[in-house]
Parts: sequence; structure tokens; C-alpha cells
Amino acid sequence: MKAFITVIGKDKVGIIAQVSGLLAAEKINIEDISQTILAGQFTMIMAVSFSEGAKSFDEIARLLKEKGESMDLEISIRHMAIFEAMHRI
Amino acid sequence: MINNYEILETIKMINEHHLDIRTITMGISLFDCIGATGKATARRVYEKIVNSAKDLVNVGNKISKMYGVPIVNNRVSVTPISIIGATHQNYVELAKALDRACSEINVNFIGGYTALVQKAATAFEDVFIDTIPEALATTERVCASLNIASTRAGINMDVVRKMGHIIKETARLTSHKSSIGCAKLVVFANAVDDNPFMAGAFHGVGEGDRIINVGVSGPGVVKTALESIPDGDLAQVCEVIKKTAFKVTRVGQLVARTASEMLNANFGIVDLSLAPTPAVGDSVAHILEEIGLESVGGAGTTACLALLNDAVKKGGIMASSHVGGLSGAFIPVSEDIGMINAANAGVLSIEKLEAMTAVCSVGLDMIAIPGDTSAEIISAIIADEASIGVVNNKTTAVRLIPAVGLKVGDFIEFGGLLGRAPIMSVSNISPLKFISRGGRIAAPLHSNRN
Repeated sequence: MKAFITVIGKDKVGIIAQVSGLLAAEKINIEDISQTILAGQFTMIMAVSFSEGAKSFDEIARLLKEKGESMDLEISIRHMAIFEAMHRI
Repeated sequence: MINNYEILETIKMINEHHLDIRTITMGISLFDCIGATGKATARRVYEKIVNSAKDLVNVGNKISKMYGVPIVNNRVSVTPISIIGATHQNYVELAKALDRACSEINVNFIGGYTALVQKAATAFEDVFIDTIPEALATTERVCASLNIASTRAGINMDVVRKMGHIIKETARLTSHKSSIGCAKLVVFANAVDDNPFMAGAFHGVGEGDRIINVGVSGPGVVKTALESIPDGDLAQVCEVIKKTAFKVTRVGQLVARTASEMLNANFGIVDLSLAPTPAVGDSVAHILEEIGLESVGGAGTTACLALLNDAVKKGGIMASSHVGGLSGAFIPVSEDIGMINAANAGVLSIEKLEAMTAVCSVGLDMIAIPGDTSAEIISAIIADEASIGVVNNKTTAVRLIPAVGLKVGDFIEFGGLLGRAPIMSVSNISPLKFISRGGRIAAPLHSNRN
């Protein structure tokens, strides 16, 4: 299953390390990563896929949310299908 | 590959502009619940609803998390209860069974306390209609509706006359709760079988056993998109609305398909309606003002609404394999902050709202009127509104709240998504003789299309 993770907030040391560390531990592969500053906010987008044996989507969403709260960032994960539905015919 | 701009646009639409799925509604057929006794019917109705929809809320939550899009309501609609209870006529007992089932599965509203009497009411339907005030006063979650007219049948003025009294009695019996019973009672012309929105949802007799119908929403998304073209001409305005409606509807289609699979039900339709809420940034009135009106209610309002309604349909229709329900723009006064403000300022009248209903879905919706408005005036308002629907071959509806003890200038509070409403002025010129005549207004000439 493929999904997009978005990280939005104030730039600081170790965002990629922290998020990618969590994903590696949870058997989630990062397929693409990009980051930019939009309207003064750090914005990172990761395309990820769930490997065999990874926890459920709900569980990963919860872990990412907790990670976001601990780093004062807004981290969310959404199934790729919603983006494809909206932006591709 | 989806690009970053598209990803961030989606997230902005959801997080900042109130894009949400307004409702996942499961339509359930109750024909196989009719039992040998009234009690048996009530038990089977309860059991079928609980068994069919027990996972509805869980599935809604799961889909909401998966796609990161809020799903505001999960609801159930059922086969018109006037038919299911016809043999034993224990209608209020059935209403209570619906209410208990809803409570058990944690669904906030159930629609289908309904009668389809557009041509004539049978004896059992007359009994049913008389139970509506008590049913709405003794349940929390049950919603009632009537179809009193259609383009093919004309307008059943006998029932229209009766409904003036039924609405007033419902207001009286629920007066201790802001007459909220009337917010759960819709009188339709050309009612549709697959409407996912409350309070007018029911599961049509031609529908399958278990159907998922989804209602999307997104007035805030449309308004924000229009802000990007402050000087665009009206062709550009239409283009922006169409593109936005397409994206919003695609989310609805995705959610409807996923929910149908997860609930082992058939996918019915996506309803394209732009449904406002009382929250700031979620108003249909504000879209009309963004197009260029000083306030909704002034000259130009009907034209702007017609443009909006048409563009929403054109954009949405290609985004879903089955579009249905009401599909247009809703203009419920108490549920739209822009409408509330305009009505309160005296620039939006009930007469202008009536004109607006000729070009959008659905009708005179969530309008509070003085509690001492006579039954025949309420009936005559229903007849006017039904005429617009019947002649224009579209759905119209009336959901009026004659607020007991309140007069023009007062406010009535419903709370939650039902919002709050100023009491609006109604002409008190008497239509008593017209309403007292009874009978049926014939179907219009153009209903004979065969």
C-alpha cells in the first residue's frame, strides 16, 4: 500500500532523521522525499510504501501523529488513493 | 506521480477550507421485516437495522483516517415506514424501534418515517400522518418526510392542508426543545429515492437491499477557489466552480466505493450537493457574495445561485459513476452563517428564498417563522413551493419551524449542525378559502411526455 506523509511546521534540526528513523523501524519504505519552505513553513512530503510485516495503517498514523506532537510539527499520512482521485482522471 | 502542489492543495482543502464528507448514508430495505404482529415487525425492523449497519460508524472512522478526510455523519435511511407498518398501524412503536436501533449503532439520525402521498393518501397513510407529531416528540433521532406532490401526479392538496396542522402540532409538542421536531420534518415535491441527506432521506421502494449513498460538501473550498480570480469574468467563475466540484466529488466517489466494499453493500450514488454548516468558512451564501453580491438576498442572488448550481453539477457529474440524490446547492437558513446574517439584517426575505428555490436544490429549508402563523398559511407556503417543483420538474421541499412563543426579531437556537435562525416575517394575507377547497392540483401539461 502506498501513501503520502506530509510534515508541516517550523524547521529544526533532525526532522528527516526522526521521521525516517520511525519509518525504518516500522518497515515502511521511503520512495521519494522532497522538502521546501512554503509561506515561511517547513514542508516535507514523503511518498512511502508499506512493506510486508508493517503495522496497520491506523497504527502508523497514530505513531506519526505522536511523533509530530513531540516535535511540535503537524505530521499526517494519507492513502495515495485520495490524491489520485482528486488530481488524476 | 502526484506532485507536491497537488498534495498540498488537497491538504489545504481539507484542513483550511472545510472539505469533508458530509454523510455516509446506508439505505436499508425493510420490506422483509413485516411480521405477523406489530410487535414482531418492530423487533425485525430493529434487528435488521442493527445487523446491517452495525459497522457503519467504525467503517466511517476507518475511511476517515485512511484518507485523512473528515466524515461528519454516518446515517441510515429506511423504506417508508407508512408502508412497512400498514397492516398493524403501530407507527409510533416502529418510530421508537428506529430510534433504539440508531442509538445502538451510534448513528445520529435515521430517515424514513415517511409517506408517499403525492396523488392520494390511503387510510393507513392518513393514520400514519397523524402520528408524525407524537413520533417526532417521543424519539430523538427519527426524521420524517412526506412526498405530497410530483410532476406526474400533481399536488395532493388534501394532505397539504393537513400538513399545516401537523407542522404546528409538531412545533407545539417539541416547544420545550426549540420546536426541534419541525427541523426533522420535510415536506417534498418530487422526492428522490436515494437522498443521503437528513432530514429528508428515505430508502425508495425501487432500491436494493443495502445501499451506500454519500453526500459530499465543500462550500468553503468553492469560495476559496473563487478568491483566486477576483476579476475573472463569469465564464471563468463557472470554470473554477466546475474544477472544484469535480475534485470534491471524486473524493465522494472514492469514499462511497470504499465504504460499499467494506460494508458489503452496493454503491448507490454520490450526491453533489454543496451543504453548508453554521461554521465560518462553510457558507453557500458567502460563495454568492464572492461572485459579487454585497449580500445574499439582494438583486442578482437568484442568478448567482443558478450559475453556482449549474456549475456544481457540470463539474461533479463526470467525477462519479452514479450521481443522484438532490445534487445542487442547499440554502438552509439556520445552517449557513451568511444566510443567518442576511436574514437577521432584513436583506433576505422568505419571498426571495422562494425564488431561489426555483434554481437550486432544495427548498424553503430550516426557516423559522412566528409561532402564531396559521396552519393555512403554512399549507399555502407548502403549495407554493410544491408548485415550483412540479412545474419545473425538480425536487422542492419545505422545512419550516413555527417557533412557539417567538416573533419576528427573535432568534431560535437548535445547536450543532442545525444552527440558529432569526424568526422571519411571513405575509399574513389569508389563503384560507384556497386551502379549505381540498382536492388535487392537476399535473402540468408537460408531465405527459410519453
